[in-house]
Amino acid sequence: MLQMIDEGLIELNINGETRKVLVRPADTLLFALRERLGLTGAKPGCENGDCGACTILLDGWPVKSCLMLAVEAVGHQITTIEGLENPPIQQAFVEKFAFQCGYCTPGFIMNCQGLINNHPEADEATINEWLQSNICRCTSYQEITAAIKSVLQKNPA
Amino acid sequence: MQFLAVGKSVIRKEAWEKVTGQAKYTADISSPELLYGVIVTSTCAHGNIKQIDIETARSMPGVRAVITGDYYPILTGSVIKDRPPLASGKVRYYGEPVAVVVADTEAEAAAAALQVKVSYEELPTVNSPAEAIKANAPLLHEFVDQYQKSIPEVYPQANSNVVHHVKIRKGDLNKGWEDAEVVVEGSFTLPMSDHIAMETRNAMAHILSDGKIIIRTSSQAPFPVRKMISEQFGRDLGDVIVHVPLVGGAFGGKASVELEYLAVLASQAVGGRKVIISISREQDIASFPVKIALEARIKLGARRDGTLTAGEYTYLVGTGAYAESGPRMANAMAMSCTGPYKLDNVWCDALCVYTNHTYATAFRGFGHGSMTFAVERMMDKLAAALKMDPVQIRRKNAVKPGDTTPTQVELTESNLGNLQACIDKAETLINWEQGQVQYVGENKILARGVACFWKTSSSPTDALASAVVTFNSDGSANLQVGAVEIGPSTKTTLAQILAEKLSLDISRIHVEMEVDTGHSPHHWKTVASMSTFMVGRAVEEAADDALKQLLSLAAIAMVCAPEDLMVENGRIAYKDNPQEYIEFADIAHGYKHANGSTVGSQVIGRGSFVMPHLSPMDQETGKGKPGPYQTPGAQAVEVELNTADYTYRILKAVTVLDAGRVINPKAAQGLVMGAMSMGLGLATREELVFNQKQELSNTSLRTYKVMHIGQQPEYIVDWVETPNKAGPYGARGLAEHGILGIHAALLNALSKAAGVELDQLPVYAETIWKKVEEGRS
Ligand code: FES
Ligand code: FES
Repeated sequence: MLQMIDEGLIELNINGETRKVLVRPADTLLFALRERLGLTGAKPGCENGDCGACTILLDGWPVKSCLMLAVEAVGHQITTIEGLENPPIQQAFVEKFAFQCGYCTPGFIMNCQGLINNHPEADEATINEWLQSNICRCTSYQEITAAIKSVLQKNPA
Repeated sequence: MQFLAVGKSVIRKEAWEKVTGQAKYTADISSPELLYGVIVTSTCAHGNIKQIDIETARSMPGVRAVITGDYYPILTGSVIKDRPPLASGKVRYYGEPVAVVVADTEAEAAAAALQVKVSYEELPTVNSPAEAIKANAPLLHEFVDQYQKSIPEVYPQANSNVVHHVKIRKGDLNKGWEDAEVVVEGSFTLPMSDHIAMETRNAMAHILSDGKIIIRTSSQAPFPVRKMISEQFGRDLGDVIVHVPLVGGAFGGKASVELEYLAVLASQAVGGRKVIISISREQDIASFPVKIALEARIKLGARRDGTLTAGEYTYLVGTGAYAESGPRMANAMAMSCTGPYKLDNVWCDALCVYTNHTYATAFRGFGHGSMTFAVERMMDKLAAALKMDPVQIRRKNAVKPGDTTPTQVELTESNLGNLQACIDKAETLINWEQGQVQYVGENKILARGVACFWKTSSSPTDALASAVVTFNSDGSANLQVGAVEIGPSTKTTLAQILAEKLSLDISRIHVEMEVDTGHSPHHWKTVASMSTFMVGRAVEEAADDALKQLLSLAAIAMVCAPEDLMVENGRIAYKDNPQEYIEFADIAHGYKHANGSTVGSQVIGRGSFVMPHLSPMDQETGKGKPGPYQTPGAQAVEVELNTADYTYRILKAVTVLDAGRVINPKAAQGLVMGAMSMGLGLATREELVFNQKQELSNTSLRTYKVMHIGQQPEYIVDWVETPNKAGPYGARGLAEHGILGIHAALLNALSKAAGVELDQLPVYAETIWKKVEEGRS
């Protein structure tokens, strides 16, 4: 069992690599990724679970990294946007103009990737249910919906 | 005309950075040298500060400094200097910054911030714009008339909460009423709301030992930040360097200088060390500027055939506790007060007033959205009174070349565009011919509503933009501008203009995303959807300057006169024999003769632009020319109302605007759709809710609701392209325009469907139900 009072070293599996990270028990995973590992793709937008800008994949499932402590992530496979290997969803976001300022984009893409992995045949209702956890303030969402649909349709699954 | 880059949906230059998480925003750097600032904010909406106890906080672990309003007392504001960055003596809104704690880590600063104890002597509050102008209203600023003005054209009224009053007096109002056969009146209320840029505001500052102040901030206005900091801290402009990387959304909320003052003060308090202040969502909403509130009253006179004869408009603009851009937005509403309609007899009073709420600044539309809501609801009331079709009455009164604006600017085809054509297209796209109201099932009504808008900018008369183009030795070009990339693909659009001008492939134009006031050419601010227009003109001039240099070098190389040559595909060829040419690469850094001797050197093009003939509005009549041209348009909404429980669903939303020329169609479409989405958010759910003590009660994204995926209607955007002769390739500004009339279009539809007058935002099912019940009793 992990015991920590003030600060301690933990091992996190991130994007296929094992990384040693110095954290406090109260540090969120989002904080550890950004401030300790320089993985700034995950963004703080609310740090309250409301906006999805901080979304990463934990064992393949989208998780808001602001709602999880870094110590809770020990023993799990973490994938951040930096760990994606050129999946079609990135191309789709580019082609469909599915972002403007880009701040919400890593979170959306991670959520989309989670959806593609877990529900390759997701219908409109499922898409909406999943992506409702993310906020984009620049686009109208029509572009984001178009992007995810274009990938799901191509999916051979 | 065949274009190479203009009119093409070019992928934005920073697209791949953004989809891979490599794009860096202000707070995306961490470094062991950084200290962290956390702001302590007021828990009282109006009160004298009795005492601030910082001793406990000061002695907490990791704390390096705690500063309060006494530390470096200054007053700031872009129109009138009424705001201390840290409250001093008294607080005027809930959430007002009162202290900053600087510590080694953010956690330590946050822990210490909780220990800063402030006690207040509570004062009575001003709770709405209407209350602000009551005879015995409490005063927020006792000496409003004595503040230093940042611009001359602001008219505060002593011993009142009125910080600015702007008037329009055009034509003969009495005659207008005499000519009227029908008179209608209405009043409208819009609450404050928030920008909710996904990147909250954050700023970083350090001060070098020679006095240089270096700032990195999420801002639309790096040059104003530099100017204000240089003035307030007594530095040369060049000794203040402001870096702005990519910005995660702004919508006007990052156009004024705010957090930068606190970052510099915090750094100063720790001997110039680098301090970052990244604020939480809660503070971003409660403490930093929001959207104005509006209370409007309009009275319109018209002939029985629908022709407008008189318009009287009162706009009470609630700017919260400090003026910031509120007075300018009052100007903006006044100068466009009639909406895009011909009216010869106009009387408008726009008052900018203080209330004990979070202060306001620019927001998408710069006052035009709120004003348009009132005007467009009024047009529907007038149509109803005359039993006219809402589209017809708009078509009948739509401004045309030859008419004048409320500030008496002559309108031409070029500076106005074609509203008529926008109305026609929108009417078709929303299937208006199927009727405004249709019963489509049990308790189900399908309704349509329309609205029109126009907008020009209200920029300073000397607002300027510049551009520099440098050539690389391989013949590619670098474009540098002072406009910030806040999301609208501004830099890519500018690169398209440059590519077109140089007839160079867009892939060979390199754009620097970051703005650094130390080397980026000047730009006023990235606001008002003006960057494509203003910077675009500067880019055109820079391209011409570079081409002149390239042609004269080519003439030497090709032994002819420059006039004998033409530019094509990154080459310069003989006009009469295009097969013979020289590549840009061979002359971009001078031309080297066969014997090695070289003439010329690096080609550097420069351009700048200032909008000609602008003039401020006259204090008594409003006469003047505040902006260069109009962008007009028409919008429409289709909504389904359930008359059993008054829930509704927006099915379709249309915008047609006269863009002059669309430089990047897909990007432009996305901008307008995004603005429509935000407008529908304002219409359906967004508002700041203050409780009885004027404490802001919805400061999280769980309680302040915005549009989410799945709630959006089908968006349709289309263009009319009437060239703006002053714009690059005929372009007009476009972006924020999508927000301007969409809420009015929705409420026009819902009012019709429910048979009640819905004149305030936002509209919940409960709002409609209450109205219907009121009507019954
Ligand atoms: S930052 Fe995690 S959900 Fe908003
Ligand atoms: S692109 Fe700006 S928030 Fe989504």
